[in-house]
Formats: sequence, C-alpha cells, structure tokens
Amino acid sequence: MKLKLHVNGAKHTVEVAPMKRLLDTLREDLALTGTKEGCGEGECGACTVLIDGAAVNACLVPTCQVEGAEVRTVEGLASDGRLHRLQRAFLDNGAAQCGICTPGMMMAALALPKKSSLEQIRAGLAGNLCRCTGYMKIYDAVAQFLAGEKR
Amino acid sequence: MIAAADLTVQRPRTLKQALQLLRDASAENQPLTPMAGGTDLFVTLNMGQRPSARYLDLWAIEKLRGVEATGKRGLVFGALATYTDCIESKAVHKRLPILVDAARQVGGVQIQNRGTLAGNIENGSPAADGVPVLMAADATVVLRSIDGERRVPLAAYYHGYRKTERRADELIVAVEVEVPDGTQRFDKVGTRAAQAISKVVMAAVGHRLAFGSVAPTVVRARALEAYVEAGGRDVAEAQRLALEDARPIDDVRSTAEYRRRVVANLVAAWLGGLDKPPRTR
Ligand SMILES: Cc1cc2nc3c(=O)[nH]c(=O)nc-3n(C[C@H](O)[C@H](O)[C@H](O)COP(=O)(O)OP(=O)(O)OC[C@H]3O[C@@H](n4cnc5c(N)ncnc54)[C@H](O)[C@@H]3O)c2cc1C
Ligand code: FES
Ligand code: FES
Repeated sequence: MKLKLHVNGAKHTVEVAPMKRLLDTLREDLALTGTKEGCGEGECGACTVLIDGAAVNACLVPTCQVEGAEVRTVEGLASDGRLHRLQRAFLDNGAAQCGICTPGMMMAALALPKKSSLEQIRAGLAGNLCRCTGYMKIYDAVAQFLAGEKR
Repeated sequence: MIAAADLTVQRPRTLKQALQLLRDASAENQPLTPMAGGTDLFVTLNMGQRPSARYLDLWAIEKLRGVEATGKRGLVFGALATYTDCIESKAVHKRLPILVDAARQVGGVQIQNRGTLAGNIENGSPAADGVPVLMAADATVVLRSIDGERRVPLAAYYHGYRKTERRADELIVAVEVEVPDGTQRFDKVGTRAAQAISKVVMAAVGHRLAFGSVAPTVVRARALEAYVEAGGRDVAEAQRLALEDARPIDDVRSTAEYRRRVVANLVAAWLGGLDKPPRTR
C-alpha cells in the first residue's frame, strides 16, 4: 500500500504494509536508523519519536496511523552539520555511553514543557530506560537544555 | 519485526462506515479486530502472536476523540480518549481526580499519549488500572452496532477472564460516568511507579470499591460495600469481607499471600479515611 508520510519536514511516499511498525518503516524504507529498537514491547522508549509533537513508541504504531501527521525523529535534530542544543547538552553532561537509549531520550525530552521541574523531567522520561549511563547525567543534560530554552 | 504483510487493516473515517464494515465482516464470519492506540495489540503482535489478521483502525474517526463534561457531575469519554486527554482535562481533575492519578501511572508518557480507556476496558486484563477507577465510579459502557446502541454497566461488562459483553459487530463508542458522591481514593501497588504492571490496584468512590489483579477480572467488592453502606466500620470484618470478592492467585508478578495482605492494608487505610470530607482540587 502506498502511504504518504511527513518526516522531519520532508514528504515521502512509501510502499509498505499498512500494519508495518513505524519503527521498521523509518529504519528500512526511509533509512532513518537513528531510531532504535530496544525491547519491541513499549517498555524501553528507545524507539521514541514525535507524532505531531507528542512522544510515542514507534514499535507500537502501525505506519498507516501516521498518514497526514508530522513525524520527527532524532535525524531531525542537527541541521547543516550543527548539533541541536539538546544534543550539545547531552555531550556536555556526559549523558550517553553506549548510546542506544539516547535518541529516544532526546525525543522524549523534546516533548517536555519548557519550564519543567526535575520532577516533571523524571515523569516525562519515566518511559525511557537507560542501562549504562545512569539517569542523573541525563536529567542534568535535559535540565540544562530546558534552562537555555527559557532565555 | 512483525509479519505485517499478512495483516489487513481498514481505515474508516466515520463511525457509520466503521459499524457497517464490522457488520459485513461478522456476517461473513470473518470478524474485524478494532484497533485504537495499539498499545496492547502491538505488544501481542511484537511477541509473535497474532490475535487477528484483520483489523479495523478507529484512530482516524475524529468524532470518537476527547472528554466531555455533562451536567453537574457527568463525564463522557469518547472511545479514543487517551490517558493524556484525562490528565489534561479540567473536568476530570475536578470530578474524578483518581482517574488522573491512575492515568499518570499508566506506562510512561509514550503509552499515555496513545492508550485509550476503551482499549483498557476491552482488552479485559484483570491488572488494568483505568478499569477499577471507572468501575468504582459506576461507569457505563456505550456499545453501538449499525442497528443501535445499548448501555452496559462496566461492573457487569466482564463474563470471565478477558471475556466481555461486546458482540463482534459492536464498538465501544463511549464510556459515561455520573460520578457518585464521596471520598475518592486510588492505590496502585507495583514494583516501580512507572511502567510496571500492578500487583494490586484499589479504587474507591464513596462506598464503592473496585480491585484489580486479585481475580480473573477487575471486581467490585460487593460484600464489603454492603457492610459499609449499612454503617459497618470494624476493620477486621471489613478486611474479611473484602477477601470474599478479592481472591488473588500466585503468578509471575506476585503471590496470593502478599496480595491478600496488601488488600487488607488498603482496606484498613480506606476505612480510616472514609468519613472525612472528600478531597478537592
Ligand atoms: C509499556 C506498557 C505499559 C503499560 N502500562 C499499563 C499500566 O500501567 N496500566 C494499564 O492499565 N495498562 C497498561 N498498559 C496497557 C495498555 O496501554 C492499556 O490497556 C491501554 O489502555 C490500551 O488502549 P489502546 O487504545 O492502546 O488499545 P488497543 O491496543 O488499540 O486495543 C486493546 C483491545 O481493545 C480493543 N478495542 C480498542 N478500542 C475499542 C473500541 N472502541 N471498541 C471495541 N474494542 C476496542 C481492541 O480490539 C483490543 O482487543 C501498558 C502497555 C504498555 C505497552
Ligand atoms: S523498542 Fe519500542 S519501547 Fe522498546
Ligand atoms: S547509554 Fe546505554 S542504554 Fe543509555
């Protein structure tokens, strides 16, 4: 089935099974492999992308349901070879080790309200698991990014 | 990876089209499986199981979205109302604040953005978190087929483990609640606050009490409710009566013994707060 998708501001037409997971369509049909598969069960958040600004697990979304919606993935962050401020904040704070959780963490962080408290950051990232870095550095990075946002 | 090529899906834009498709499919004995946020269905598919090869996607039916306040204490949840919709609704905060508590504890934000109350109900898990809240609030499930509508009390919606009242040609189109008076309380006892399936859930609205994860379906604690309604306040007796309806088993998440103790403790805490004025926000 031909589906029209909007991803990171670009229009694509893909020929995929409508029930194909958005995660697989992004990785296999659009070669956007930044979005990771951790658990494939909605538990880990590694596959988090934004649909019309809301964080979702791409491993639980059939591609047909995003027709007409704006999808944003980690590839949409950097532009012209320049890192997004959120990516810069992750680097500055040492908030990534193996990096598997990182794209999902960043997409979930992007959906946070601008003036989030630490409590809100923790709640907003509760659906994203990290097995190596530990959460404090990740919260620090996100807090730094959000603080910059206020200025 | 799932074998998506073997699965078909229909995507009606209107409720009427959806109901007609359901009717035609069940007339041919090839029922369609409704799909909302997919947070239960896709977990099953990802595990390599195939609950069905034919789906009816409801996500594009705009009319089924959102939460509406009616009258002085009513709430109507469209079939596509998500946990996030509940968290963001002023009316839900005011009238049924324990549903906001429950919604905030369902999965993470990603699940809250997609998971629906109707999906939580129809999925039929005894460990569902939205269901006990709605059941304690005397919610009504509105089922519709192409021929018309019928209303079923949520407390009478389950016939056994994952067996619901819904016929193959019906959809849940809404969930209606006239929130009863009285103190509200929600307790979810699990391994971790977020992203964990509960070991025991208790929801209370006034004298109405529902438990999750203690029986093949979410259950009302009828024996205890009758006792309290008649003025009974003895803790030991209340705990004994709660366990007439709450009959937990051992499973991967917990043991029957642990669950019985949690039920008893929650009942004691609930009784202690029962005659205090209802909390406001
Ligand atoms: C990581 C994770 C964490 C979770 N945590 C929790 C939790 O803490 N508490 C909890 O209760 N649940 C939890 N869930 C389960 C799930 O998110 C909820 O049950 C959710 O409410 C299901 O809604 P849905 O719209 O995604 O359902 P779907 O997956 O779309 O559908 C579920 C079932 O309902 C049927 N259905 C859906 N809509 C209708 C309708 N309108 N009419 C008729 N049938 C319909 C479908 O056919 C299917 O059988 C979790 C799931 C995941 C993946
Ligand atoms: S891969 Fe989607 S949540 Fe883990
Ligand atoms: S950096 Fe390895 S899982 Fe988070």
